[in-house]
Amino acid sequence: MSNEATLHSQQEVMHGAHDHHDHEHHHEDNFISKYVFSLDHKMIAKQFLITGIVWAIIGAFFSVVFRLQLGFPDATFPWLESILGHWAKGGRITPEAYYALVTMHGTILVFFVLTAGLSGTFSNLLIPLQVGARDMASPFMNCLSYWFFFLASLVMMASLFVQTGPASGGWTMYPPLSALGDASIGSKIGVDLWLTSMALFVVSQLLGGLNYISTLLNMRTKGMSMTKMPLTIWSFFFTAVLGVLSFPVLLSGFILLLFDRHAGTSFYLSDIFIAGKALANEGGSAILYQHLFWFLGHPEVYIIILPAMGMVSEVLAVSSRKPIFGYLAMIGSLFAICILAFLVWAHHMFVTGLNPFLGAFFVLLTLLIAVPSAIKVFNWLTTIWKGNIRFTPASLFSIGFVSTFISGGLTGIWLGNSSIDIHLHDTYFVIAHFHIVMGVSAFFGMFAGIYHWFPKMYGRFMNNTIGYIHFWVTLIGAYLIFWPMHYEGMAGMPRRYFDYSSWTSFNQFGGLNQFISIVVILVFATQLLFVFNFFYSIFKGRKLTEQNPWKATSLEWTTPINPGHGNWPGEIPEVHRWAYDYSKDGRDFIPQTEPIGPNESAH
Amino acid sequence: MHTMSIQRKKIHPHKYSLWIAMGSITMMFIGFTSAYVVKRSQANWLAFELPHIFWLSTAVILLSSLTVHLALKQFRERNMQRYKQLITITALLGVIFAACQWIGFSQLKNSGLPLNGPVSASFIYVIVGVHMLHVLGGVVALLIMFARAYRTRIRTYSSVPIEVAATYWHFVDVLWIYLLIFLSIAR
Repeated sequence: MSNEATLHSQQEVMHGAHDHHDHEHHHEDNFISKYVFSLDHKMIAKQFLITGIVWAIIGAFFSVVFRLQLGFPDATFPWLESILGHWAKGGRITPEAYYALVTMHGTILVFFVLTAGLSGTFSNLLIPLQVGARDMASPFMNCLSYWFFFLASLVMMASLFVQTGPASGGWTMYPPLSALGDASIGSKIGVDLWLTSMALFVVSQLLGGLNYISTLLNMRTKGMSMTKMPLTIWSFFFTAVLGVLSFPVLLSGFILLLFDRHAGTSFYLSDIFIAGKALANEGGSAILYQHLFWFLGHPEVYIIILPAMGMVSEVLAVSSRKPIFGYLAMIGSLFAICILAFLVWAHHMFVTGLNPFLGAFFVLLTLLIAVPSAIKVFNWLTTIWKGNIRFTPASLFSIGFVSTFISGGLTGIWLGNSSIDIHLHDTYFVIAHFHIVMGVSAFFGMFAGIYHWFPKMYGRFMNNTIGYIHFWVTLIGAYLIFWPMHYEGMAGMPRRYFDYSSWTSFNQFGGLNQFISIVVILVFATQLLFVFNFFYSIFKGRKLTEQNPWKATSLEWTTPINPGHGNWPGEIPEVHRWAYDYSKDGRDFIPQTEPIGPNESAH
Repeated sequence: MHTMSIQRKKIHPHKYSLWIAMGSITMMFIGFTSAYVVKRSQANWLAFELPHIFWLSTAVILLSSLTVHLALKQFRERNMQRYKQLITITALLGVIFAACQWIGFSQLKNSGLPLNGPVSASFIYVIVGVHMLHVLGGVVALLIMFARAYRTRIRTYSSVPIEVAATYWHFVDVLWIYLLIFLSIAR
């Protein structure tokens, strides 16, 4: 009986049973089914990555434009008018455009790049490959997840072209600016499009998250116990759990906001006067929105950073040729971070009139996160300690990640204290803190992942020299941009001001702001160099000649150089050991597929 | 076409996904009900009786849970005629449930509690309405099951789709009972 016929007969016999065997075969793809509506997790990962890169360029370009305003508040840039039209008449952006750019910059970078672009790419790419699965639990849902993301992207992009412009109330979309269409020009249809886009985005994230969890819990290959999974998979698992539990709460907040905007309800609105005339809204509270928003908002920080932590752990072990230090502690700390991430949202709300007792409670929980975070940092450092480090762009970005995570984490301790936060709230200190820890760090993790797994994605290498330039300019540039902002913030310079130059106390930072803006342009240009390297290398990069170029232990490197849909031709490899057997028993590395010898310890 | 070795899964991935999705949906309603609790403790809160038809709709959805359970049983016994009848009745009960909720909204509105009235009433509309949408999603799933049962060209013997649909249906039932108890007590 042929293999296929056997499968049919098995399915017949097993009807109604809980165990299930899928019919694992794949038809020849045409262009549409291979590149557009692909069901292959690897292609979907590439779709997420390339869409994320496009968004990153747009989001970063917006920051260049508003940094021009902050660095050179009195200068005009005629070329801006040709790009932004009436938003930059005469070469100066208007205050409305400034707020819209800031809002879109935050939205795009937080959600569309660092959430979908980062997690969507690497969870899709690595979960089936590293746990030994043919594909995701539901390839169709996986495809749908990307297309919901793409649709969300289109709607968000469309908001840039409506006459009244995109949303401009900040990426947090706080009411009343977001709840009242007449509050400002950026409160009109731009907010509706923003909310629609985000609803689609949440659906995409939920579809993706369901798949990631189902796949890694349920479809691991033989021998791949939970404690043999690479840390990347653990980090994607906790990220997905955070996503599927916190995004729906955000969605509930958005639904109430939509009702306030269009159905005359008063969930978030009360005692609003416009031109001296009271609106009908009674009994609402904008603080309620903040509770719902930040219940997602804080886990979102970890949704962004956890995948980067997992990938960095992997890259550091591979590049230092040492087993990861404290594997179980790494998993435990991920778990602790995951739990605490849900319990600290109100530290974003210390200045909202929170009960001081409640504030103290949230301070304690917030500071507790420093413990698992410190465990991770300690373990990364001890992993590379006395290692035979290969300084590839991926390993440099991983080390850069640890550096910026420490810097950003330390300033988090300041902001986690309510008494200090009240002084620093809404200043450039906060901007500096979160950009270092969840902007730069997360991007460094993403870059490390791209450089490391690029050969797996495209069967070619990226250019190393460009990679080194990319790393050093970005690392030094990031510190030059955000380090001074801490001092500006401590001096009380507020965020969200379009033009600070008329205040003497803040105008003293004019020179510093010019310097920051110039570095921003330089760093942005370097990212374009990375983009060039990425796309050039897809077609012209040095070809891979061996399956396992980094001499890594994990399963993805046991697939062919250009694996087809289904990942492994023939049998899926069996796993016998954990993923970090480097420099063991006089051997450089031992793949997970190699059985443990008679006199060999598990690890 | 190339054929590869099969991969064994511990639980069917669709069932696994459903359980996680139910956790996710639960979190959304926890979001709504938490918001409700927060608002309830503030000034201007207006307490009122829920429309009585909500109790009738509870009976309808409980009955539908029973019929979907029986439908699954009939499917497993390959009693396809009874299965088709029961799945149709379940879908109809789902539509009747949604209609009851809609009538409840009309009763609320007629008693001077429109959607844009007091926040306590607005919450009822939104929470019950969003639950109703989940029920209607389940109705669509049941109708797909129904259509599949009548399909003559391809016969499906796997009970997984109907098991998934039935579990989801029980979930929206339990969710409604939670919401009803919550809204009745925390008025």
